[in-house]
Amino acid sequence: MPLLEFKNVDYAYPSGDSDFIQALCAASLSVERGEFVALVGCNGSGKSTLARLANGLLLPDRGDVLVDGMTTVDKANLYEIRKKIGVVFQNPDNQMVTTIVEDDIAFGPENLGLPPAEIRERVDWALRCVGMSEHAKSGPFRLSGGQKQRIAIAGVLAIKPELMILDEATGMLDPDGRREVMEVVKRLNREEGRAVIMITHFMEEAAEADRIIILNGGKVVADGGRELFKTPEVFTTAGLDLPLPVRLSSALRARGIDVGNPINIDEFVAAAAARIKGEAIPQQIIDNNEKDGGAEEVGGQKDNALDTENAVEEENAEGAENADGEEGRDD
Amino acid sequence: MRDVTIGQYYPSGSLVHRADPRFKLIIMLLYLVMVFFCDSFFSFGFLTFFLIVTIIMSRVPPLKVLRGLRFIIIIVLITTVLMMIFYVDDGSEPLAEWGIFHIYLGGIYASIKLAWRLLLLILMPTLLTLTSTPTELCDGLESLLSPLKKLHFPVHELALIMSIALRLVPTLIEETDKIMNAQKARGAQFESKNPFKKIKAMLPVLIPLFVSSFRRADDLADAMDSRCYRGAKGRTRMNKLRCHIGDILALLAWCAIFVCILFLNYNWFGWEFITLLGV
Repeated sequence: MPLLEFKNVDYAYPSGDSDFIQALCAASLSVERGEFVALVGCNGSGKSTLARLANGLLLPDRGDVLVDGMTTVDKANLYEIRKKIGVVFQNPDNQMVTTIVEDDIAFGPENLGLPPAEIRERVDWALRCVGMSEHAKSGPFRLSGGQKQRIAIAGVLAIKPELMILDEATGMLDPDGRREVMEVVKRLNREEGRAVIMITHFMEEAAEADRIIILNGGKVVADGGRELFKTPEVFTTAGLDLPLPVRLSSALRARGIDVGNPINIDEFVAAAAARIKGEAIPQQIIDNNEKDGGAEEVGGQKDNALDTENAVEEENAEGAENADGEEGRDD
Repeated sequence: MRDVTIGQYYPSGSLVHRADPRFKLIIMLLYLVMVFFCDSFFSFGFLTFFLIVTIIMSRVPPLKVLRGLRFIIIIVLITTVLMMIFYVDDGSEPLAEWGIFHIYLGGIYASIKLAWRLLLLILMPTLLTLTSTPTELCDGLESLLSPLKKLHFPVHELALIMSIALRLVPTLIEETDKIMNAQKARGAQFESKNPFKKIKAMLPVLIPLFVSSFRRADDLADAMDSRCYRGAKGRTRMNKLRCHIGDILALLAWCAIFVCILFLNYNWFGWEFITLLGV
């Protein structure tokens, strides 16, 4: 049973007096335990709506959102669902409940009704996970944006959810802050085995994930591993940029220099250096774009990857109309 | 102003800091009642002595405590002067007289006592905020009011509202700054001698501030929902308030001081030394 499953979900929210904006349209996807998924799309593609539907803050107009088989429509399930799915929002200032860092992190476990000793343990653990132990007693206003967002992540982490959704959690941060948060998220996924859905429009961040889901105009237009980068059209028709290393390597390839398929700066540098020295490019960098390539395949990911080609065609047909629907919403 | 979040908390880890906030609140209440029972110079001095002892025990620099007076000192001075010049003591001759203003010896005593009483009233709460965080005070209040839960009084919600309000004060101040700067950049004038113009100029600041506060409230509610908040139902606390023997001893000591003040004030047994002390 998938941890999170969207089945043909429609959601529209009111805009103005009688208008509605279709934020999600027959969206289907599923996420398994332990996966690291990047959910990308430009403004107004329905990313944030999806996050809010996942833990029952919003309820679908049509279709089903299932968390471990429980539907979000039933109010009695919400508490259990929110224990399993933690959501970190964009603005860290608006997520802090109390004036002291450790009290704020304790807010979640306190709501679970845990004994005080266990709450203490979880708070210390969550602080260690995000590397903020030395700030336990400080007020959040002395912290930088990246630190505040790490506190917000710790606050959700202390609930020990099986899936963490980060809704543009790096959107308001400077490059340093973004890096700090990315490090923490990657470590949580690798070491703690927690599933992560990273909602972002920074493609460099998305490239770190094992699986990428592209939303455009409320529809899931592509869902697959790193091999998605082989078909740049899926990204560009959804209004997204490709990560810089991918663009660079394809520009180089066009000029007759093959540096493999690096997806982050480190890989690009390694591959380029190997080329210049005349050595062989590491196999893993070449394999990045292959379906069974360097990225660890998790759970149902392979099936999803197969849909990609179809999704591209479908996407191209719809690209024109979707482009119109993208404006006007800033999430 | 940004530091409102931690209040003016001055961490020194002293006995007073570590005391149970519930006992601190009770003692403060007791103390405030005591200040109103004080009547003679001796009783004022008596109470001041214990205030000073508490300040020394808290290891907060005395100047920090006195800084709590800076907003109120003008009011104290004005009321003292008014008291002095308008006090009428029919039983004695005025020391000086200008038209409707008189100065009597009784008036001088009364105004000194008034000023002293006001200072005592302000200093202890200042010390309380210097030695306890707003969170501790909220928790203390929640715990003290918890018997009211039986009457379906929303104690937990009240404490949570207080703590969120405290937490949002600096955020809103920051936001006001931002909006004011944005309006200034578009030519708004906030500096004006005319108070009506000044108030009118604030209107375009207040409206966006309200709108953004509502949005913040929505966001915060979503974040709280996402973190499994269901009200007081099934909620536990990480830092359970625990009273120690020291807290009880401190409360007993202050009760004893209270009894002494009552004796100094009412002199039930007609002890002569109290009459001698009382001015």
